[in-house]
Amino acid sequence: MMLRVRLAHGFGDFRLNVTFAAPPGVTVLFGRSGSGKTSIANAVAGLMRPESGRVSVGDWVLVDTEAGLCLPPWRRRLGYIFQEGRLFPHLTVRQNLAYGAWFAPKDAPREDMGRVVEMLGIGPLLARRPAGLSGGERQRVAIGRALLAAPRLILADEPLSALDEERKAEILPYFERLRDEVRVPILFVSHSPTEVARVATTVVALDAGRVSRIGTAAEVLGDPALTPMGVRGAGAVITATLVRQHDDGLSELAAGGIALFLPRVEAAIGSAIRLRIAAHDVILSREAPTGLSALNILPGTVEAVHHGDGPGAMIRLTTPAGAVLARVTRRSAQMLGLEPGVIAYAIIKSVAPAPDDVGAIGEAAE
Amino acid sequence: MADWLSPDEWRAVALSLKVSFWAVLVSLPLGILTAHALARWEFPGKQVLNGLVHLPLILPPVVTGYLLLLTFGRRGMVGQFLDQWFGIVFAFRWTGAALAAAVMAFPLMVRAIRLAIEAVDPKLEQAAGTLGASRAWVFLTVTLPLILPGIIAGVILAFAKAMGEFGATITFVSNIPGQTQTLPSAIYSFLQVPGGEVQASRLVIVAIVIAMTALLLSEWVGRAVARRIGGA
Repeated sequence: MMLRVRLAHGFGDFRLNVTFAAPPGVTVLFGRSGSGKTSIANAVAGLMRPESGRVSVGDWVLVDTEAGLCLPPWRRRLGYIFQEGRLFPHLTVRQNLAYGAWFAPKDAPREDMGRVVEMLGIGPLLARRPAGLSGGERQRVAIGRALLAAPRLILADEPLSALDEERKAEILPYFERLRDEVRVPILFVSHSPTEVARVATTVVALDAGRVSRIGTAAEVLGDPALTPMGVRGAGAVITATLVRQHDDGLSELAAGGIALFLPRVEAAIGSAIRLRIAAHDVILSREAPTGLSALNILPGTVEAVHHGDGPGAMIRLTTPAGAVLARVTRRSAQMLGLEPGVIAYAIIKSVAPAPDDVGAIGEAAE
Repeated sequence: MADWLSPDEWRAVALSLKVSFWAVLVSLPLGILTAHALARWEFPGKQVLNGLVHLPLILPPVVTGYLLLLTFGRRGMVGQFLDQWFGIVFAFRWTGAALAAAVMAFPLMVRAIRLAIEAVDPKLEQAAGTLGASRAWVFLTVTLPLILPGIIAGVILAFAKAMGEFGATITFVSNIPGQTQTLPSAIYSFLQVPGGEVQASRLVIVAIVIAMTALLLSEWVGRAVARRIGGA
């Protein structure tokens, strides 16, 4: 089922004008705050009525302003995962989970409560009330509550941004499982490149109320001209296979025939791993480096050089493992003669990628 | 207790309990609706409604009673209509005492419930909406359980106010033993005759006992509900 969205709406000076289609899997609405991503989620959920537009899931129309149709939220069959969880404080976890299912049509395809509870690891919490749960636990229950409402569409509005780093790391894998195991489209609002790299099937990059780019996580994050979160958030995504776990605590991955070494990645041998390499963690060299402590060296060809306003340049390197972004100073780019077509080597320290930037993807995803 | 109180005194106590019970019960749905409207809806005349609801709190009770007599008396517009079409008579009946008590207690009830509704996070109601609950279901399954402590507080306050209502009641329905002579009216009557202090003080004790019981009950129920909502 495909989610199709066309919206136009004005908020004072700000105009939202977007059109995109979201295939099954996770579609991340990616942009800085004020880019219009939450407004899109609210319009899709029915919490806001757009001036004009059309929203449909498969052949089921939620909004069609030309036909005068705008379903209220409770008729849209949603699973909305809010930033703050929004669990009902007067109900137990079990009752919270069952809340949406109670209103779903009797013949709707349902997730099994036991399976969802097991997947989210919330079995021991069922009899408790939300007041006694930690932030991470609450968000896991919120995910379960949305899943069990028999939704045709799941929305998640920055579901991780209210959590600290540790809790984020705890919740991210559940969204990866959601992407790989749930059949309905998932619209995920985020401003975090890490989250995009980990969970996105499709990325819709937004800028000032418009779509600036649609593509896979690798395409959008690997575009040197497109840094929605500023250059500090830039970084390409490559997909590798976990080959071996070494005794010294390193994991060996293979991407396009090149071996990569990372601190222990907890996944089964043979699983596909998505890896975001921050542009500022990459060093470029014109010659094959020797006598370096860095374990990961990717040979490639410079494909594009993008100059911004500042002293830096963003270099896109095509390697057998996929595209890599490197942020270097303009001075180095000039000294090394980095321009399209030139051979260069990308050097990445094994310990550089943040653990959150590394995540397993199921077989269904790619 | 029946032996301890004279039949007249007992009648006054029973009547007061009956009047207060019905006054609170019948006005509660209207109180919740009014509180919800004042807390959540925007409509023209909202301030006028707010003023009308609170008027009995500020007006001298005698004025409220007189206005009730003008409106709901046998010659009053509403009174005539209700008598002709439904056979409901308020003037000089216990129903009139209940009406007076309800009107006087209404602002206290609405106030308590309104505060509770304002404390409910609308985002929770929104979340319930996205999970498939229509407005009515959101109210029944989310708003109502969350405002239950406020409703209980409002009910107890209103009940206590109804038990103590004197001025509007005596103006509207007079002070007829067995008909409209409530506990405060009875105390007043006893104090008007020489040697009535003993009877009056017995009723005063009854009034204190009833008020204390209501207060303790509300504390206990309120705490039990709060534990259910906020507890782990």
